Amino acid sequence: MTSDLETLYRDVVLDHHRRPRNFRRLADARTAEGSNPLCGDRLTIYVRVADGVILDAAFQGLGCAIAIASASLMIERVKGRTVAETRDLFERFQRMITAPPDAPVDDLGDLSALAGVGRFPVRVKCATLPWQALHAAVADGAGVVSTE
Amino acid sequence: MSRGSAGPARPAPAFDIASIRRDFPLLQRRIHGKPLVYLDNAATTQKPQVVIDRVTQFYVEENANVHRGVHGLSQRATDAFEGARATIGRFLNARRAEEIVFVRGATEAINLVAQTHGRSRVARGDEIVISTMEHHSNIVPWQILCEQQGARLRVIPISDAGELDLDAYETMLTDRTRLVSIVHVSNVLGTVNPVEEVVRLAHARGVPVLVDGAQAVAHRAVDVQALGCDFYAFSGHKLFGPTGIGVLYGTSALLESMPPYQSGGDMIRSVSFERTRYQDPPWRFEAGTPDIAGAVGLGTAIDYLTAIGLERVADIEVELLAYATAAVSRLPGVRVIGTAANKAAVLSFVLDGVHPHDVGTILDREGVAIRTGHHCCQPLMDRLELPATARASLALYNTREDIDALVTALHKVRELFG
Repeated sequence: MTSDLETLYRDVVLDHHRRPRNFRRLADARTAEGSNPLCGDRLTIYVRVADGVILDAAFQGLGCAIAIASASLMIERVKGRTVAETRDLFERFQRMITAPPDAPVDDLGDLSALAGVGRFPVRVKCATLPWQALHAAVADGAGVVSTE
Repeated sequence: MSRGSAGPARPAPAFDIASIRRDFPLLQRRIHGKPLVYLDNAATTQKPQVVIDRVTQFYVEENANVHRGVHGLSQRATDAFEGARATIGRFLNARRAEEIVFVRGATEAINLVAQTHGRSRVARGDEIVISTMEHHSNIVPWQILCEQQGARLRVIPISDAGELDLDAYETMLTDRTRLVSIVHVSNVLGTVNPVEEVVRLAHARGVPVLVDGAQAVAHRAVDVQALGCDFYAFSGHKLFGPTGIGVLYGTSALLESMPPYQSGGDMIRSVSFERTRYQDPPWRFEAGTPDIAGAVGLGTAIDYLTAIGLERVADIEVELLAYATAAVSRLPGVRVIGTAANKAAVLSFVLDGVHPHDVGTILDREGVAIRTGHHCCQPLMDRLELPATARASLALYNTREDIDALVTALHKVRELFG
């Protein structure tokens, strides 16, 4: 096992891949689908929003370990936050996973488990897919988001 | 530059794998600090030094435009370019070199047939027959043609093993069928389709057949007369040649009946503002300055392959594919996708609980290059009810050691994902 792989597939990531949290359908929710057609990832994000606050969120679908873990970690993190806070968080998350290796990055709590994606540029779109779908769901409540 | 000399290569006395591997400079490289194990040959093959040298030699010693110069250099470039056409004609056992049209690759070859033969022969209510296992490049050009002409696409079903349903195919051939377009070797399943039988059934109804040979030509001897097909398409870069050059074979009778594809210089006999007369095939279909160096390099790649002998390559690859299939199948939780009786060079598989994308990333860090995803065959993936597969694909320079490295790397995937 090389260290690059260990930083990509941290225990937290593998755990969220094996046992994704909030992996279910959410009734009466806004939804959006995110898909990476080239890899065959397809996630549906469900989100309930009231007064600019994300009250509840969940997801379902098929994807690689990075996409599934990223969705699971994201949903745990955004529940109870405002839409504006969530947007800010996504921007910081994107900066973290596209930063050059060993560059200083914000500590994003559990989301930092995905910092190793930065060493695998082709996998960045796997990690951002659920975030893009979440924002599409919050913005218009329906649609398909593609990273390609 | 001694290896770059043109002309027929001498027959090799024995299949010396170590010597063959030394012919490919890229195979000597390391990736992520590990020796490269290149198992993505269905995407593109590596190039032997003779091909690299031949392309360089063309630019250093022979570069000029073809078919138009009075000067000596232009004549040399034309001879090299047309010499490559003759080499390719012999390679496919075409009746004449003029049955070989240079294009950018198999994709352009199929688009050419759709937009020339197709536009002029297909009318409202007519039908084009393809199969479930086609690459997008043998689906989309026909969808566009069908939309343009008001025609309909019919799709031959396949079995779970990945074999054509020939009975269903036979019932699809009607008096509305205008063309059958079928892949020779599937890039996902490795299935070798019974092209002779497909052609026989189509010809019994007077229907011409295009064969997409992109995944076949590097792995078995192809004889277009024995297959009986009317068109045969392939890409040079999957045959140890340069990128950007490919071939459409068409029978003289059909090529002569077809209107031009792109238009401009080199494809005309005479132009006035009132009337333009076109060249005969194949030049009618080669508007503009072609990829001269690419064509010359492809000719050298074919000489290289022919000297080794495609019958020998086919035997060795069949044996290596059997070894790989057995080794990968022994791993826990592995399912091989594509179990046709007749297969060539492609091993697709899925691992229980691990997405192919993760498999690809981990293998890459071990120096093992494979492809993951839908392989430009989304309708086939839907039929298989899979989002993606991992695919190892072989070429003549692969060895049992390469397969052993693949298996070792797959064990690492299991260790990591449990």
